[in-house]
Amino acid sequence: MTQEFTQQLLECIAKTLHKPVETYRLDASFEEMGIDSLDGINILFALENEFGIQIPDDAARNVKNLREMAEGVWKLVEAKGAPA
Amino acid sequence: MRVAVTGLGALTPLGDSAPAFWRALVEGRSGIAPLEGYFAPHLRFPNGAQLRGWDPLRHFDAKTADLLDPFAQFAVVAGREALADAGLTAAEIKGPRTAILTGCCAGGQVSEDVQFQDLYAKQTGRVHPMTIPRIMSNAGASFLSMEWGASGPVFSVSTACASAGHAMAQGLWMVRTGMVDRAIVGGAEATFSLGFLKAWEAMRVVSQDTCRPFSKDRKGLILGEGAAMMVIEPLDAARARGAKIYAEFAGAGMSADAHHITQPSVAGPALAMSNALADAGIAPEEIGYINAHGTGTLANDATESKAIHAVFNSHARRIAVSSTKSMHGHALGAAGALEAVATVLALREGTLPPTMNYTTPDPECDLDVVPNAARAARVGAALSNSFAFGGLNAVLAFRAPADL
Repeated sequence: MTQEFTQQLLECIAKTLHKPVETYRLDASFEEMGIDSLDGINILFALENEFGIQIPDDAARNVKNLREMAEGVWKLVEAKGAPA
Repeated sequence: MRVAVTGLGALTPLGDSAPAFWRALVEGRSGIAPLEGYFAPHLRFPNGAQLRGWDPLRHFDAKTADLLDPFAQFAVVAGREALADAGLTAAEIKGPRTAILTGCCAGGQVSEDVQFQDLYAKQTGRVHPMTIPRIMSNAGASFLSMEWGASGPVFSVSTACASAGHAMAQGLWMVRTGMVDRAIVGGAEATFSLGFLKAWEAMRVVSQDTCRPFSKDRKGLILGEGAAMMVIEPLDAARARGAKIYAEFAGAGMSADAHHITQPSVAGPALAMSNALADAGIAPEEIGYINAHGTGTLANDATESKAIHAVFNSHARRIAVSSTKSMHGHALGAAGALEAVATVLALREGTLPPTMNYTTPDPECDLDVVPNAARAARVGAALSNSFAFGGLNAVLAFRAPADL
């Protein structure tokens, strides 16, 4: 993951949840950051738009913190950009 | 005044009458199958419990069919079956002493979807003049009242997945207090249109395979549709006219979680169950069966299990708890009505419908869930649970006819 990517991801999340971007850190749990299941589906929707990807339910379900989410999104972004 | 259930109607993915629905439930058949329709290729989930081969012209003339969204057609057809089953004359049904209360979550989504697609995508610049009468959630109740001349209280209730439960409770209390002499109560939903299905997809609660309530490997709900209706009337009046008595509609309980718009709570559902028992005058130890809300989502089934333990304490382990959504899917605003019919027939027939697709016990759902096969068992009283997004809960209580 590039720093540029993680910054874009955190800004997308912050914008979605109407909070300053400093609120969110990659290594805190969703619970610590006050992110509930409803916030979760809002974030997934926003990230799909932001990065032009589809995040499958199964992949989303097992994610426990923003780092895992970022890594999952990064993989999808890379797969999208990879030559066929 | 005690209230009896004297007529049943059901139009479901498992069969197009209450007896057909019941046979499928007892046999553990599934109405869940690969989606069919223009929307199927556009969705990230492959399966649903649809009403297959629905032909409105088998039930309505062409002009009437044009007036009614499928959800309202379902309501009317199930209502007709329930009225015919109750054996009431047209003269008895007609007039201000008959109420009709129906639940519906989303109204005429099928019509709305088509019309708005014309407007936005095809740029037609106009929508069909019947769009408003088709999409209003009360359309089924209204058409039934017109068809039968029932001019008492007629309205629809919309509380998402508890709509039918809340509607049926209203009917119970109207009959019990003598406000009306009979009520037609139930719910209807037509779930399968692209916009509405995409909205469910975005909620990420729809299972990729099937509905496995209370099983550790459950992955979410399966959307369903249909309608079910009951005729209810005072027990004494039903006896006096020699009516078939399916069960006593003994009570209803409601509550709000006042907690979260989608996350379920333990306290709200527990309070609704306690309220239903109190309203019915049924002791917790008398309950032998619960038709669970049991959506098959991780959150619902675990919290519902905890709520059942909270209400019934040590008796919870002796109650059979099944989710028939494993077969007919989640019919949303009609769910409570389909499941109330299943509950009433379980009491009358002495057979408890199963929770199908169950593979693995979950310590979070430590109940007797009647896994994978119906069970012969006479129980005296049962509950039917409905818990909605928005934290709104409705629980119905029924007593077996043998105990009346």
